[in-house]
Amino acid sequence: MLKVRVIPTLLWKNLGLVKGVGFNSWRRVGSVLPSIKVYNMRDVDELILVDINASQDQQAPDHDSVSDFSDECFVPLTVGGGINSVDHIVHLLKAGADKICLNSAAYDDPSLIDRAAAHFGAQCVIASIDARQMEPGRYECFSHAGTRATGKDPISWARELADRGAGEILITSIDLDGTMQGYDLRLVSSITQAVAIPVIASGGAGSYQDMVLAVKEAGASAVAAASMFHFTEQTPAEAKRHLQQAGIPVRRNFVETD
Amino acid sequence: MKVAIINYGMGNLGSVRRALAELHAEAFIADHPGALWDAQHIVLPGVGSFAEGSARLHADGWDEALRKQVIEHRKPILGICLGMQLLASQGEEGGSSRGLNLIPGKVARLDTLGCRERVPHAGWNDVEVVSTHPLFAHIGNETDFYFVHSYVFCAQPEHVLATCKYGVSFAAAVGEGHVFGTQFHPEKSSKAGHRLLRNFLEYGSC
Repeated sequence: MLKVRVIPTLLWKNLGLVKGVGFNSWRRVGSVLPSIKVYNMRDVDELILVDINASQDQQAPDHDSVSDFSDECFVPLTVGGGINSVDHIVHLLKAGADKICLNSAAYDDPSLIDRAAAHFGAQCVIASIDARQMEPGRYECFSHAGTRATGKDPISWARELADRGAGEILITSIDLDGTMQGYDLRLVSSITQAVAIPVIASGGAGSYQDMVLAVKEAGASAVAAASMFHFTEQTPAEAKRHLQQAGIPVRRNFVETD
Repeated sequence: MKVAIINYGMGNLGSVRRALAELHAEAFIADHPGALWDAQHIVLPGVGSFAEGSARLHADGWDEALRKQVIEHRKPILGICLGMQLLASQGEEGGSSRGLNLIPGKVARLDTLGCRERVPHAGWNDVEVVSTHPLFAHIGNETDFYFVHSYVFCAQPEHVLATCKYGVSFAAAVGEGHVFGTQFHPEKSSKAGHRLLRNFLEYGSC
């Protein structure tokens, strides 16, 4: 049986680990490398690493840093931020990324998804959507770390990304991001119903119960969180224990047999 | 021990090399077929489509070199994910194309086999070890490994070492003699994956 993944999201800016609220007012919360070491030691299911600088300022991904980070990481590592060509992806995979996450560049040139999927396989390509609620029940996708409106609605955009070959969708609520008030279940569930590929819920997780709801009520295949792991005592391991108690399958720790 | 990781332009080579180095193997990236002479063990990694992988293996002379090293010199080989699928006779991803034919079978998409779950199959899934085998030494049944794939290797039952269930039951690991493949990524499966890689390194070397 496939297990539901609990994925810490690490945002990095100038080598510092940061976290904002509503994609704004970034706060430094530590250094990237030590955090990756801790998460690797604690055997998390997967990590998502996003370079905020590259994303906001349209810089090329910093693959040297990624190479340092992946030296410490023996669990699946997804890297995002500033990727706008197949060449960028080649370098990131060589540096140790296992999957890559595309966001802003896909709006400018949606065929990048097709080309990435054709070259590296759909399983390597996570398409990330950052959405803001414009009026009750109506959402719009934003690019460049939430700074630019795109005019696209998340449901049809998610369908297009999936049709073009994305392997997973990472859906983030800009409004709830960093608030720890819970995922936007309506948004997440609109995406899980729209596509047949796995969907990762992101933005707003503040408690283990929020994660249970994202899976049970919104149909997420995985749950991502940042603030609740940075700013509270809650951990991915405890989150998994909680999910399991709620009847959701999670990965068990490996113990060698005789 | 020297382990060659085949660089045919299709792999997460960095991840594989790091995992092997962590186990104190002398892992090196083999950029051309001649480099395989130096290795005692061979790893064929893979992220990408079957047709492209197959084209590169055949165009760059890897197929012939692998046949020599694996069949004549009996060097153990481990194919990972696409690398496992390329061990098969034939694949359907990106048009029908031939594999290395080291283990008979063909590669097909999960949903054509009746899987109604979300594809790609992405995440940790437990495997059932169907026969006692050195590759799974100290790895119990229902151990979770990390998968991320849309296609599977349809092998003969006698070559299936472990199975996985995701909508349908499929081969999580195959083996014939000293030729092995895992559909999951041991290099990304944390401690369980490291144990399997260690088993592979120990195979035939003591």
